Amino acid sequence: MILHFLELYWRRIVTAFGVHLVYVLVSVAIAFVIALALGILLSRMPRWANVILPVLSVLQTIPGIVFIGVLFLYNGMVPSTVIFALATYAVFPILKNTFVGLIEVPAHYKEAAQGCGMSPLQVLWHIELPLAMPVIFSGLRMSTVYTVSWAVLAAMIGLGGLGDLIYSGISSNNNMLTLAGAIPAAVMAMLLSWVIELLRRRVIPRSLRRDAS
Amino acid sequence: MTVTMVLDHLLIVVLAVLCTIVVGVPVGICAYCFPLVRKPILWAVEVLQTIPVLALLGIIMVFLGGGKPTVILGLLLYSLLPVVLNTYVGLSEVDPVLKEVSTGMGMTRRNRLLLVELPLAFPLIFTGIRIATVTAIGVAVFAASVGGGGLGGIITRGIKTGDMPQIIGGTLVLMAMAVGFDMGMAWIERRMKEQRMKRSTPEQKKGMEEV
Amino acid sequence: MIRFENVRKSYGDKQVLKGISFHIDEGELAVLIGPSGCGKTTTLKTINRLIEPDEGRIYIGNEDIATTDPVKLRRNIGYVIQQIGLFPNMNVEQNICVVPHLLKYEKRKMRERTHELLEMVGMPYDEYAHKYPHELSGGQQQRIGVLRALAASPPVVLMDEPFGALDPVTRATLQDEVRNLQKKLKKTIVFVTHDMNEALNMADKIIFMEQGEIVQMAPPGEMLEHPASDLIRSFMGKRSIAEQAMPQTAADFLRQNVSTTYIDARIRESVELMARRNVDTLVVMNRDETYAGIVSIADINRMEKGSTIQTVEPLLRQSNPVSYVDEDAHVCFEKLLSGDANYVVVLRHDNTLAGIVTKTSIAKALADAVWGDTV
Repeated sequence: MILHFLELYWRRIVTAFGVHLVYVLVSVAIAFVIALALGILLSRMPRWANVILPVLSVLQTIPGIVFIGVLFLYNGMVPSTVIFALATYAVFPILKNTFVGLIEVPAHYKEAAQGCGMSPLQVLWHIELPLAMPVIFSGLRMSTVYTVSWAVLAAMIGLGGLGDLIYSGISSNNNMLTLAGAIPAAVMAMLLSWVIELLRRRVIPRSLRRDAS
Repeated sequence: MTVTMVLDHLLIVVLAVLCTIVVGVPVGICAYCFPLVRKPILWAVEVLQTIPVLALLGIIMVFLGGGKPTVILGLLLYSLLPVVLNTYVGLSEVDPVLKEVSTGMGMTRRNRLLLVELPLAFPLIFTGIRIATVTAIGVAVFAASVGGGGLGGIITRGIKTGDMPQIIGGTLVLMAMAVGFDMGMAWIERRMKEQRMKRSTPEQKKGMEEV
Repeated sequence: MIRFENVRKSYGDKQVLKGISFHIDEGELAVLIGPSGCGKTTTLKTINRLIEPDEGRIYIGNEDIATTDPVKLRRNIGYVIQQIGLFPNMNVEQNICVVPHLLKYEKRKMRERTHELLEMVGMPYDEYAHKYPHELSGGQQQRIGVLRALAASPPVVLMDEPFGALDPVTRATLQDEVRNLQKKLKKTIVFVTHDMNEALNMADKIIFMEQGEIVQMAPPGEMLEHPASDLIRSFMGKRSIAEQAMPQTAADFLRQNVSTTYIDARIRESVELMARRNVDTLVVMNRDETYAGIVSIADINRMEKGSTIQTVEPLLRQSNPVSYVDEDAHVCFEKLLSGDANYVVVLRHDNTLAGIVTKTSIAKALADAVWGDTV
């Protein structure tokens, strides 16, 4: 029965998986760049961060379904609607971790670097970012896992992805179809999480590898 | 939108969080007490959270059909991670000196857990519960998709019919709920942490560092 | 009371205890001392089975502890550690009553017990019982740590460098207090330290360990006079004490701030003074400043209810050892070490008070002589 089902649906599953993956990768990539830039900016002016971060965390409580829904009403049924919404949600965890990671770099490293005659930009590039990288990557991992989950919503406005299978499964009471969407989505989240974890281990400065979490 | 829907939403969230506590704290305790099952447990709760909510609800619907039980079970599974993880970490981080002295004074494993470790881990466990609650409020929006009621219904309908006021109204109520719970619980948490900070005195800390 | 028979313990290839045997009598305070890594803490922890030996037997009373339930065993043994380890989520009373609580004492009994114990260390119940550990000083915390170990009246108490993290003044006071409590309550105490002054001050018997073996086991006086190895000698001072320009007379060891009262002082005032100064006895002077005797709280407490005695005079004792300032220090020590008195009263030749010599003041004077002014 399973074989029969797969024979019937495999094309659709593979396509949906591909579309889903593209949504996730594109939006997380965009979010990463934006969040990194904003995070660096905020870490230069921590006083602003005290206002901006709480505001963002409140906005974060807007359900994704609402955001995509409203965007859909204004922007229409185009992929950019989905990408824009997903990227927006993916920004926050990365932004927060970038900020925290940079702020928590011990002051004596920065002083030492300045003492060596580095410019602020050099301190950032050679000292602060490398030391903050593990924390930033934890944020990236969290964002990615969430985004895989949120991308299911693309189907709500008829834009495909694995959510398509889940929605059809739920509304037609076709359990196999629901699972055909759910399992690949979970697998995708785990795979991406695993890849990022590997990357994170690579970016931990060697001297810190033992105690970094 | 009616008051009933808001209450409905709250009911789902509160029930789900209570269930999460009832299940999550003991599971966290098991992860702490039995090293053999620690990895499987922590791995399992993490995997649960990588499954898209909607998919999770869909899968549960296969077994339980539509309705509130499905939603509550879904939220429970989805919220386990922060509660289990924080229970485990909180218990592990209790000062080893206190653990040894408890044993040395003749406490059984159970005495030690109930009298010393759980009270000291409580603030961190509470943080886990707060995270779980706030997440649950947002996630419960999906309840509508599987016939569980709550505020999700208004929002989905609003999107389908393009009814902006309805969408915004529903969203604002939802945000207020999330922020309210978050701030309220964060306040309690801060009070607990302040007490805890006070309770580990400078002298005692010094003693511990010297060892 | 406690007997070790050929106890061995190894971690991997490293032998921590190489078959040690000794016994400690009931009511004795035995100090385990030696360089770090000598196995003294391991030895202590085998007694409450926090560490299980590989070989050999340990008896408490006549019972082989390996055959007892470790939880029951531990509830019968007090345990005090250097890091104090008061539970931050419990107040003073709850901390003291941990073991009584485990043993399911009645509420009222626990309260009375707390009362009584706090009284013994001069910390009034009403003021302290409901404080949390963070509200106490380090010294007060460790007092509670000691009381917690005593709460269920265990016959044996283990102390693992209990005063190691305290400042020297607090440490000295606590040493005296524990010594007094031990005398009063007749506990068998096993005490680990790496501080020879502390050992000399407190021990009935010193057990010196090195690399998992017992090198010497002797009362303090004997160990001072006949250290069995160079290591022990170096523990007591860089060179042999005999070679030093040592203090010679009782006057060199004097402690001068002594709590005194006059022979016609009222009993109530005297009790208050003792409570305030945290001492058990007062030196009593005649009105012409000559020495009359000492009065102790024990004697005052022993007075019958409704007794008509008003002043301390009828309660005077002259049995406490007395020395004169120019007496040979050695004779003075003998007096101190042989009796149960906590100090020797030292007089000038006109019988006025010069001061007292305590075990602490001896240790301190010796330390000053060996290492120069210590504290």
